[in-house]
Amino acid sequence: MSEFLMPSLGADMEAGTLVEWLVKPGTAVKRGDIIAVVETQKGAIEIEVFQEGTLERLLVETGATVPVGTPLALIHEAGVAGAGPSPVEAAQPGPPPIPAIREMAAAPLMPPPAVVPGASALGRVFASPAARRLASLKGIDLSRIKGSGPAGAVLLADIEAAQPTGARAEAQPQAASSIAQMRSAIAAAMSRSKREIPHYYLSHVADAAAALAWVAHVNAERSPEQRLLLGALFVKATALAVGRFPEFNGFFMDQTFRPSGPVHVGFAVTIRGGGLVAPAIHDADTLSLDQLMAGMRDLVGRVRSGRFRSSEIADPTITVSSLGERGVETLFGVIYPPQVAIVGFGKVIERPWIHDGAIMPRPVVTMTLAADHRVSDGHRGALLLCEIERLLQQPESL
Amino acid sequence: MTDLDIRTVIQHELRRIAPDVDVAAINPNGDLREECDIDSMDFLNLVAALHQRLGVNVPELDYPKLITLNGAIGYLQQKLAGA
Repeated sequence: MSEFLMPSLGADMEAGTLVEWLVKPGTAVKRGDIIAVVETQKGAIEIEVFQEGTLERLLVETGATVPVGTPLALIHEAGVAGAGPSPVEAAQPGPPPIPAIREMAAAPLMPPPAVVPGASALGRVFASPAARRLASLKGIDLSRIKGSGPAGAVLLADIEAAQPTGARAEAQPQAASSIAQMRSAIAAAMSRSKREIPHYYLSHVADAAAALAWVAHVNAERSPEQRLLLGALFVKATALAVGRFPEFNGFFMDQTFRPSGPVHVGFAVTIRGGGLVAPAIHDADTLSLDQLMAGMRDLVGRVRSGRFRSSEIADPTITVSSLGERGVETLFGVIYPPQVAIVGFGKVIERPWIHDGAIMPRPVVTMTLAADHRVSDGHRGALLLCEIERLLQQPESL
Repeated sequence: MTDLDIRTVIQHELRRIAPDVDVAAINPNGDLREECDIDSMDFLNLVAALHQRLGVNVPELDYPKLITLNGAIGYLQQKLAGA
């Protein structure tokens, strides 16, 4: 029997609220199955299971807020001798699930409101992701809905029954409280970053003509659904480059740097109405550009509708932030702890450039690196940016 | 398909991409990316949706012609009439 715990979905998360169980006791589960939805400061997040077996018993009721690491359910793991509940275990009723009413008592690690302004329980709106999505589509302010779920959580049925609150509500579908929570989550992570991580910054301008021409050439033959964006090349080049410079890919925890074998690139996506998240594109170094592009489209779509998975939030090993065509030339990144590096790409702009011995207008992109001086130095950081530049000159091999 | 129908399709897709924007109130001659605060991924999704719904495959080279709402309506009308 193993415990399924409230996961840590980022360095700044101390507790989460169980919003919804998606499977019932007795259901067979396997690694990667989404079995619950947890509400955090980053919004509702789907939680995946890492064991394989049978969901034995739920230990936490919906609506309860519990600290990271709290057992949420018991899972009878497959492959263990005598799979299936033993008679003794089945006969024992076990402790009752943690009820929602013990919310505060069960969350001793919850920061007091003074530590995380804006995260007070009063301002929260509990809602299932389906309800949240529909509310956003219908332009309904969640905070105005009286939920019929556990602890007043807003359920899909509540939204179906509700009417949009007029044109004004339609223009502001995102509840103000969720924006405040997003801001306080960003504030907590970024304050920790600036407090703990001795950043150093490097900048380098790379010729982007080859990458742009290659993308245009590839896209000319494709229908819109299959087209690539330059951002996919930036992510792939970064993922490949850190394979050669492992001190930029991993986590700094407990005074130690732990390099990561896999390269999970956190891709910064802005959220309409305010805030941003950088969920992971897993194993970005091994994906083809088409797979990477499909992953990015999927991720952006789900971020915009407020639905991403626990593993995507928890485990990026490095972040890439690309400002895109409406951005500016240079981005100075702030590292997302416990990561140790963030690579930024500015807007591609035309500049007078020397190419083959002649001055000519040329599209260029400014690449930046913010990295953790506890783990690496500027010399290696410079080599990393040069490696990304080199890879971008051969887009066909990405 | 009339201009009105095409406008309705574009506005519907813009609402899906930018649910917080009052699409009916945007400047029809303004840059859609600015009017709706959309990035290149959003714009690609718009072009993909127009392809799905209207069957018009807009090549990248023609993107500048879709930069305003009125421009997009005129471009799509022409394409649909020619098809």
